[in-house]
Amino acid sequence: MSITADRTGELVSRALDVKGRSLWEDARRRLFRNRAAVVSIITLGAIALMAVFGPLFLAYSYDYIDYSVVSCAPDWWPDPSVLCNAGGSHWFGTDSVGRDLLVRTLYGARVSLAVGLIATLVSLIIGVAYGATAGYLGGRIDELMMRFVDVLYSIPYIFLVIILMVIFNRNFFLLFVAIGAVEWLTMSRIVRGQTLSIKQKEFIEAARASGVNGFGIITRHIVPNVFGPVIVYVTLTVPASILAESFLSFLGLGIQEPLTSWGVLISEGANQMETAPWMLIFPALFMAITLFCFNFIGDGLRDALDPKDR
Amino acid sequence: MPQPILEVADLNVTFTTPDGMVHAVRDANFHIDESECLGVVGESGSGKSQLFLATIGLLAANGKASGSVKYRGREILNLSQPRLNKLRGSKITMIFQDPLTSLTPHMTVGAQIIESLRTHSGLPYGVAEKRAMEVLELVRIPEAARRMRQFPHELSGGMRQRVMIAMATACGPDLLIADEPTTALDVTVQAQILEIMRDLKTELKTAIVLVSHDMGVIAGIADRVQVMRNGDIVEAGPIDDIFYRPRHDYTKMLLDAMPRVDNPDRKGHASPAPTAKPEVLLNVDDLKVYFPVRGKGIFSKTKPLRAVDGVSFTLHQGETLGIVGESGCGKSTLARTVLTLLPKTHGTVVWMTRDLSQISESDQRRLRKELQIVFQDPLASLDPRMTIGESIAEPLKTLERDLSRDAIKSRVRDIMNQVGLEPGWINRYPHEFSGGQNQRVGIARAMVVKPKLVICDEAVSALDVSIQAQIIDLIVKLQADSGMSMIFISHDLSVVRQISHRVMVLYLGRVVEFADRETIYKDARHPYTKALISAVPIPDPKAERAKKRVRLSGDLPSPLDSRAQLSFLKSKLIDDFDAEQYRPKLIEVAPGHLVAEHDPV
Amino acid sequence: MLSYAIRRLLGAIPTLFIIITLAFFMMRIAPGGPFDSQRRLPPEIEQNVKAAYNLDKPVYQQYFIYLGKLAHGDLGPSYKNKDFSVNEMIADGLPVSARLGLAAIFLAVLVGLVMGTVAALRQNRASDYSVMFIAMIGITIPTFVMAPILTLVFGVYGVSLFGYDISLPVGGWNGGALRNMILPVIVLALPQIAVIARLTRGSMVEVLHSNYVRTARAKGLSSVQVVLRHALRAAVLPLVSYLGPAIAGILTGSLVVEQIFGIPGIGRYFVQGALNRDYTLVLGVLIYYATFVILLNLLADVLYAILDPRVRYAR
Repeated sequence: MSITADRTGELVSRALDVKGRSLWEDARRRLFRNRAAVVSIITLGAIALMAVFGPLFLAYSYDYIDYSVVSCAPDWWPDPSVLCNAGGSHWFGTDSVGRDLLVRTLYGARVSLAVGLIATLVSLIIGVAYGATAGYLGGRIDELMMRFVDVLYSIPYIFLVIILMVIFNRNFFLLFVAIGAVEWLTMSRIVRGQTLSIKQKEFIEAARASGVNGFGIITRHIVPNVFGPVIVYVTLTVPASILAESFLSFLGLGIQEPLTSWGVLISEGANQMETAPWMLIFPALFMAITLFCFNFIGDGLRDALDPKDR
Repeated sequence: MPQPILEVADLNVTFTTPDGMVHAVRDANFHIDESECLGVVGESGSGKSQLFLATIGLLAANGKASGSVKYRGREILNLSQPRLNKLRGSKITMIFQDPLTSLTPHMTVGAQIIESLRTHSGLPYGVAEKRAMEVLELVRIPEAARRMRQFPHELSGGMRQRVMIAMATACGPDLLIADEPTTALDVTVQAQILEIMRDLKTELKTAIVLVSHDMGVIAGIADRVQVMRNGDIVEAGPIDDIFYRPRHDYTKMLLDAMPRVDNPDRKGHASPAPTAKPEVLLNVDDLKVYFPVRGKGIFSKTKPLRAVDGVSFTLHQGETLGIVGESGCGKSTLARTVLTLLPKTHGTVVWMTRDLSQISESDQRRLRKELQIVFQDPLASLDPRMTIGESIAEPLKTLERDLSRDAIKSRVRDIMNQVGLEPGWINRYPHEFSGGQNQRVGIARAMVVKPKLVICDEAVSALDVSIQAQIIDLIVKLQADSGMSMIFISHDLSVVRQISHRVMVLYLGRVVEFADRETIYKDARHPYTKALISAVPIPDPKAERAKKRVRLSGDLPSPLDSRAQLSFLKSKLIDDFDAEQYRPKLIEVAPGHLVAEHDPV
Repeated sequence: MLSYAIRRLLGAIPTLFIIITLAFFMMRIAPGGPFDSQRRLPPEIEQNVKAAYNLDKPVYQQYFIYLGKLAHGDLGPSYKNKDFSVNEMIADGLPVSARLGLAAIFLAVLVGLVMGTVAALRQNRASDYSVMFIAMIGITIPTFVMAPILTLVFGVYGVSLFGYDISLPVGGWNGGALRNMILPVIVLALPQIAVIARLTRGSMVEVLHSNYVRTARAKGLSSVQVVLRHALRAAVLPLVSYLGPAIAGILTGSLVVEQIFGIPGIGRYFVQGALNRDYTLVLGVLIYYATFVILLNLLADVLYAILDPRVRYAR
């Protein structure tokens, strides 16, 4: 019947349809052409895997204290004048109470990465909600909301976090929230800026002329177009959060014993720098490499998503 | 024979891009003699701008030029920058399309001109300052001394371009290259600038290269013309040969595609279909749209910006109403208010006996099925993250909810066919298409819900001339097929005249003249309409040069200045920026022909 | 112009007010008081001590008392160091931190600006990549890692440069002697140098591609003239906007730097006060920091308006 003919016709035309090349595919292609970004992605993946699975294969646990190998260099350490060599499978040496540095570094990786990711998630949720609302509603409400952000911006954020940490007595979970609660400021500014500029574009007006209501415009048009810069900023917020956590831990306000993070390890290592430099070098190296990777990926994403380059 | 000023031989310009090598200019050969004006015509991608950027060494870093360019017999192509700097700005100068971004924002206008003078002639500051004022007066900028101390953003578009011309002629150049100098300007302002350039050519005997996509602009000033397309010069010759005896197909096509204000009914082009039904669909009565604008200073009141200031008209079924006006006349605001995309301040909009401001929001949204709009910028009006199929389907999904997904798909394919797009492209994205194709998508999106009224807001202004003609034909055909009404808004009177039944001329938010398409041209009464008509460039050298020129003095005034409305009725003017002025009335001078009161010319 | 500056100033006062109020109440909400960690005092003495510090009154009353004292410039006594008032402690430490901070911002702007401009002018060539790589290092390696490393290299082990032995003091302020200032100032400035260099490069590249630079070149101006007269002023604008956050970053960094190098500035007091719940001290330092940052943001805005005539009459 005619209905079946129509269906067949539809199926045939669909088979003949040309597949379009979306902007995301373009961006993905450009990203993978960026060698620094690709290397960074692989490296980051390797570190994450090591952090998650590494400690399972190692001989020591992160809190195993062994006073017989206090502050000992790893066996392969080039400087022969060290006081002792750790022996065994202490590939990174030991710290001031004889704990294995390799396992502690990997544990530190877990904590630091977790803090980075969760804090970023918190700031993403708050920032996107706040910024998109301010940007979409515009006018007085937008002014008021952004004034509030400006006020908070005037305080160097660390002071806020320190005060928060002191108030709530170095609560572990609160660390995530506190750091995220400070990073959301910039996230909301970026989202608001993007929302504002998209709101003025003609295709939003076209959607309104097509009868789409406010909610439809936000979900179907604004959010997908805001996504790009937000993703870039997320990859740059993670390292900022990791840095913030290590900063706090360095001052003694962050991660508490017996847990450890890179910040704690670096703080301990800095104290022992002259006599046991390996305590500083390994965690610092890991952290530096991780931060580098995130930055390269962020830069790569920014170049890949930039519409000017078409 | 005196030596030509510029002699170009076998010039090739290439660019290395991440997508491969782009050959922008191929084997260009031409020359420019003293005091002559060479018109260079081409559409986008023709290479006309790159050609001249290459001759004076201003190519981007990834560009390379090869061949020969001789200035007065001296080879200058690929000369070192320091040596080119001696020529640039003094003997060979160039002005560009957008005067706002082409002038340094943090330097005063005077400082920029003086800089040019002192770099090339070493004049002491006082002398250079005087000379700068002289050039400003040469380009007819009044109060030159005050203007010298102003910054570019404080001047209007027309004045900025005059400053650029002044800066370019200050050192007495042999050759002035003008790259689309009037494209970003309003039509009446464009006419003023072209007149200045004509006068400069006769007074200063400077050779001029005028690069433009508009053959009407070229017709008014060029002695010789060359036509470029995709990097090649396809035809060149004296102006009469090119316009009256074109040989290359492309030239013929370009000439044919250009709408002409003096001859709207050309063969092979769409004309408005005759309408028999007098049924009134849309009735707009005394519509006013004001925006509050905050004044300067700490404690300032808000003044109303009168974007639309009392406009009334009716629209019949199957009719096309053309609305013409320059920047700030309120035409776009009017369009959006009729569609209820913007709130009105006063007046009524009645669509098919229903007052659009009295109905509920959900009813308003349902009415969108009958009222649609096509926007100016084809790429900007499409969501870059949606396929064109999804963009076209969006109004269907919102306004005809009971359609199945398959039904929607087939309606989309149908309309794509009708507007000349391959239905197989339904999953492609806007950035994969050209401007003309994207505009077809915009039209498809507007038409897919089978509206009764479509507003085209500068729908063809951003397109190349050849594409413009195709899109105009398409729009008129769709209208004739469906019997819908149309409001066609443009700043280009020739296009409006071609496809409208009646034409309305707007100035600063008010109607100054309203008549049918013949009368508006043959019997224009209002001085603004006359100035507008006289300013439209005609692609016909004899007609263009014989045209009687009606000139407006100065630039378009600010809509916040209440005196602006009475520029044509100065007898009733109160000379105060904020005063409440007399409102000129609309007088019916003949049946169906309305003209606003004005002082006799 | 003046009205613009006044408007910004008027807007800044409520901001400061809100900060003070927020901080005050946040510190009060925290469980535990300033005297908890000491020995338990007999109840009557404890009462007297509390009364002397007004701690027995309801919180909102304490707030107004504090504001009153603040209006007279009195930041109150330090709860922990009972011999000193907060004013005295700040007077002690502020000049030190100020010297450190100002030297750091000066160095950061100077070096960052030059590096960024050079990188932009030599875009995509070797010097561009190396400058950007150094910038990357500055951003990713935190101050508390850089400080020990530099101290190790220049302080403990010593380094030989161009035949001179460079050995810098490992810590201590020594009344602000130049040798003692070198390392801390560099460590403090490094992250900001990195950000400023990147910012300047990006902005300069964009300006060099703008239409008005093309016009300037078409006028026959030399490259030097084009960069200095037309490009530089516009390229510097994002840098001016960044000055506020830059100072904030340096203030933050000073907390660590003062600790590592043993410098007697007010950053140390802040951290100590926070850990010891010395309310008045923390608030006092916070007020100084906040005022300073706000004033600097204001100056940056005015400077921006001077550089860019377009914003002068806008809201």
